[in-house]
Amino acid sequence: MKSMVRITIGILAVCGILFYIAHALNQSSGASGKKILTVYNWGEYIDPSLLKKFEKETGIHVIYETFDSNEAMMTKIEQGGTNYDIAIPSEYTIEQMKEKDLLLPIDHNKIMNLQNIDEDFLDLPFDKKNKYSIPYFWGTVGIVYNPKLLGKGYDFDNWNDLWDPSLKGKVVLVDSAREVMGVGLNSMGKSLNSTDSKELSAATDKLIKMAPNVKAIIGDEVTQLMINEDAAVALTWSGQAADMMFENEDLTYAVPSAGSNLWFDNMVIPRTSKNLDGAHKFINFMLNPENAAQNADYVGYSTPNKAAMKLLDPEVISDERYYPSKETRKNLHVYKNLGLEKIGEYNEYFLKFKMAIR
Amino acid sequence: MKNKGNVFSLIPYYAWIILFVIAPIILVGYYSLLDLDGHFTLMNYKQFFTSVYLQMTLSSFWYAFLITFFTLLISYPTAYLITKLKHKQLWLILIIIPSWINLLLKTYAFIGIFGNKGPINSFFNWIGLGDQQILFTSFSFVFVSVYIFIPFMILPIYNSLDKLNPALMDAAKDLGASRLTTFRRVIIPLTADGIKAGIQAVFIPALSLFMITRLIAGNKVITLGTAIEQQFLVTQNWGMGSTIAVFLIIVMFIIMFLTGSKEKGEARNGKTK
Repeated sequence: MKSMVRITIGILAVCGILFYIAHALNQSSGASGKKILTVYNWGEYIDPSLLKKFEKETGIHVIYETFDSNEAMMTKIEQGGTNYDIAIPSEYTIEQMKEKDLLLPIDHNKIMNLQNIDEDFLDLPFDKKNKYSIPYFWGTVGIVYNPKLLGKGYDFDNWNDLWDPSLKGKVVLVDSAREVMGVGLNSMGKSLNSTDSKELSAATDKLIKMAPNVKAIIGDEVTQLMINEDAAVALTWSGQAADMMFENEDLTYAVPSAGSNLWFDNMVIPRTSKNLDGAHKFINFMLNPENAAQNADYVGYSTPNKAAMKLLDPEVISDERYYPSKETRKNLHVYKNLGLEKIGEYNEYFLKFKMAIR
Repeated sequence: MKNKGNVFSLIPYYAWIILFVIAPIILVGYYSLLDLDGHFTLMNYKQFFTSVYLQMTLSSFWYAFLITFFTLLISYPTAYLITKLKHKQLWLILIIIPSWINLLLKTYAFIGIFGNKGPINSFFNWIGLGDQQILFTSFSFVFVSVYIFIPFMILPIYNSLDKLNPALMDAAKDLGASRLTTFRRVIIPLTADGIKAGIQAVFIPALSLFMITRLIAGNKVITLGTAIEQQFLVTQNWGMGSTIAVFLIIVMFIIMFLTGSKEKGEARNGKTK
């Protein structure tokens, strides 16, 4: 009996110590004050030397943390207990965060460098007048392919090329409902934000016809498959395509002219921020042409900063694959937040498509 | 007083079972009755019985069945052979050791082995068959799954075979039974418990396999596990995810019931220790 009591007390003591440590850890992660700024970003998505430069210029100490999905990021901010001053979510997540009242408005008077941003990337539907968000990077969804494995005659200027019988068992798709359904919708000239169940059903039927061509539906593993030439054609994001092309020079990337998705990652100030002033300073700092150019050069995605573009290698800027012309961009559309119910429907149709490929 | 002490010492176990077994099952059941807005509804169940989910469930069952079948087919003779070997324990350990390696690592290794430039395709090229698509097929999915589950099937079968009294086999022989009859009428019934335990250990996890469906089968095979993962992480529809989970739990109980070993069977086994 005595030993039971002792063990119980022991366990309680250990629990107490663990709680204390957890509490202390929570405080240190995302601890903020006047002199500290906590940045929450995707992995490999900033030039670390810029953080040092920012610290030197402003005297504010930066704590840098990373996440790997919009959903995970939002959940962590929603739960509280964190002190993030800056986060960099994608556009549809910003809509959700706005709905959940997780963001603080940005004072444009403090962001002098906002004028450097291309007007085409400002005042977009997901955040009118950029009240809560400032563009960080942008990109497209398109097709990366290996002409060496395919022979000549493919340029993938048209989504319907993916249905070509000569591509039997060669196409790799990304395991994401909106991207794949978007291909189906775009190939029929419909909007990738369609909420019409009839259109979605028709798009699924059309996608199912592509089934013999589908080699696999996978995630980030596609990068390695394309680099190793295990796969010839893949639906992917421009940034991921850039990574692949960097490793394997035979690869090339195309965005079908009929239309595709345009995505943005944006800097926001979460409601949990304890250093509003520092957060504004950081956003302004990142919009500085020199810094933005250095960052774009390091990360490899497309910058929305037109002043920075002048400082970048002209060869990169004129590369339609990374910086599509205004003409092409007209046909690129940003995902709207369709609500959980519609997203559920998209996923159900996607599941139906997956069931059809064997 | 002694009795009281027993009750006290049981408290941690009860607490554990209530907190980590019963409470989660109740929560899963509760969530399965909620729609996206958190209202009570039976919609999730209605939706589950639509063609897409039903088709997925059936194909998931089919693959779980295939995996279990082939695992059993390979494991039973293997376990039998091991019991006849000199260094039984050593061989057993050699078979079990691979299960200590992280599942994901083994899966990634298979991506390399099955790839277009992997050793198997090199071999095919060498004998003049040319490149074959092995990765991202249902074959590769079943193959890798069987490989992963073999140790879980061999162990219980080995245990029951090892406990088998050799005198019974001699008796069967003396009484004029052929080797096949002995195997069919004596060995199999006496090791049924091991087979059942093995099936339990393979069938249920096979239903809910998920990383392998994407990495090895390229989503050409979809299991209940994949569907649950998608509902929770992508669609964020916890209700539907829980509904599928409830279904999985029910199936699990059915399998446990069908393959459960009865206490009575123990006495009939004629085990000697």
